Amino acid sequence: MAVVETRNLTKVFKEGELGAVNNVSLATHEGEFLVFLGPSGSGKTTLLRMIAGLETPTSGEILIGGQVVNQRSPRERRIAMVFQSYALYPHLTVYQNICFPLKAQKVPKNQHRQKVEWAAGLLSIGKLLDRKPRELSGGERQRVALARAIVREPAVFLLDEPLSNLDAKLRASAREELEQFHKNIGTTTIYVTHDQVEAMAMGDRVVVLHQGVVRQIGTPKEVYEDPADTFVATFLGSPPMNLLEFSDIIVGFRPEGFLPADLVAGNKQVTFRYRVKYVEYLGAERVLYGSIEDGHFESKEIISRLSWTMPTGYDAGSVHDFAVAESDLRFFDRKTEKRADPRPYPWQ
Amino acid sequence: MAIAASKVKSAGAAQSPVLGAAMFSPAVLYILLLIGAPFALAIFYAFSDARIGSTQLHYVGLENFRSILQSPSFRQAVQNSIVFTVGSQLIVVVCATILSLALEAPFRGRGLVRFLILLPWVAPVSLGTIGWKWILDSIYSVITWVLVWLHLFSPYDTPMWLGEPHLAMASVICVHCWRMIPFATVIMLAGSSAIPKEIPEAAEIDGAGYFSTLFRIKIPMMLPIINVAVLFGIIFTFTDMTVVYILTDGGPFDSTQTLPLLAFTTGIQGSDLAAGAAISLFLVPVLVAVAYFMLRVAHRAEVV
Repeated sequence: MAVVETRNLTKVFKEGELGAVNNVSLATHEGEFLVFLGPSGSGKTTLLRMIAGLETPTSGEILIGGQVVNQRSPRERRIAMVFQSYALYPHLTVYQNICFPLKAQKVPKNQHRQKVEWAAGLLSIGKLLDRKPRELSGGERQRVALARAIVREPAVFLLDEPLSNLDAKLRASAREELEQFHKNIGTTTIYVTHDQVEAMAMGDRVVVLHQGVVRQIGTPKEVYEDPADTFVATFLGSPPMNLLEFSDIIVGFRPEGFLPADLVAGNKQVTFRYRVKYVEYLGAERVLYGSIEDGHFESKEIISRLSWTMPTGYDAGSVHDFAVAESDLRFFDRKTEKRADPRPYPWQ
Repeated sequence: MAIAASKVKSAGAAQSPVLGAAMFSPAVLYILLLIGAPFALAIFYAFSDARIGSTQLHYVGLENFRSILQSPSFRQAVQNSIVFTVGSQLIVVVCATILSLALEAPFRGRGLVRFLILLPWVAPVSLGTIGWKWILDSIYSVITWVLVWLHLFSPYDTPMWLGEPHLAMASVICVHCWRMIPFATVIMLAGSSAIPKEIPEAAEIDGAGYFSTLFRIKIPMMLPIINVAVLFGIIFTFTDMTVVYILTDGGPFDSTQTLPLLAFTTGIQGSDLAAGAAISLFLVPVLVAVAYFMLRVAHRAEVV
């Protein structure tokens, strides 16, 4: 077990161009499940590959277990990585795949079988040991990749979008298994994903990345409820946070907090006249798309998310009083797009 | 509607036996006329006493085969063909694997290097080989000149590259390798670049060093494509006579005589069509075996 830390880590692929990773400083906690979340091209995979030792940083330091490992090869870093494509060795059986790291690291031969069976047992793939990867389903391949990663008991686990090749149904159960797996072994884990649901569900903390820059590090609750800037505010949450721009300030509120006025709890609330343009029926909830009728924001689409327990009747074309509790309002500086302190409402 | 109509039409065409046969016939004609007929003719001649310039033709049974098997030239040619094929293929596989792995990594001027490596394959065989004839010449050889200049040989006792039996065989093998390596390299380059980038990376993370990754992961994964390159190489080598014909013409003392060249010199230059045909038939079992393995490899490649 070990803590991973990066200090001002930067990777520039082409000189003169914007870096893929810029000045990233972060540290995991012991045994933590840390998620790198960001859209494609945000540098999350590059960051992970630098930690793994597959890319050389342009500048900055990587520390694992308190020691600078920049000059160390992947094998010396005692990390294990699961790739998006799993990267199983197609010509080897499952047993040989799991055994490969043991052979490569010259673990005494008489321990091989016992260790492979332990890893296979942990992921309940004991019956597949004689198969070749092409004879396995997507979920089974993922388990083999995990077993191969865990067999030599690494200090750190790196997972690069390991669920993205699974179909939606399998993904949910695989996610659950992964969480369980992490709880069992308790190894520090860094998990890369572009899927916010995965990030929120699995992460002890989430690192939100955009254009190679860390936008926010925090627990899922923190990044969702207290986004550090407008990027985090709109990237997390589906549908994203509503943002209203004023002269020097941006005011944001979540669609699920923007509700019919009489349903908003608390007496401190801000009310808008809301014209519904169309409705998406999603079963458990309804998503209303519309605009605020006050002259300023007619063209700005504002979204409201109503749970299925709420009254119906908010049909396309109708106009209603909708409101947000004051405590659900978030303020951002218009220029820097960073979080700002609450202030008197600009529309009053 | 247009799409639907054309679909129906094409389905109709595929089901029409006449059109199907018509479309297929050029391929059948080509195989029958240019491969089947000469092959049948070779078998026919091998059991006759056909000679160039003679209008007479008699059935002689296995007489041709009997006399060939007793000829020391033929035995030497079989042995040489095997040495020539196995020797050059071993060198080709090793060199082409190294080259393909080296050419995979990006570096400055890689395009130029790839082009230069391919050049021996695209250049006409005869011209290239004539160039080698000069390079290996007993008097004007640049190789000898360099060796003398380096004081490795005295100017009065230089190696006769094409004049001494073992050296001649080695020279012929080397020149053939020079010609075959590009082809094998291109095939293997396709094979090695088909390996997903993550797999060697995973091996690196798993703690395998360069050679461990190479011999345990990369080369085993390239094996099917290496098989293809070797099988093609065997065919191109076992049936090739250009290099030997131009460099040594089978000499000295039959030390580089190979089966195809012997068939050519006996049947065409020596006017003994029947014996030439019989010699060339000895190529068939080897080629049938190679063809069988080739089809199996192709089939396996499909399954994977």
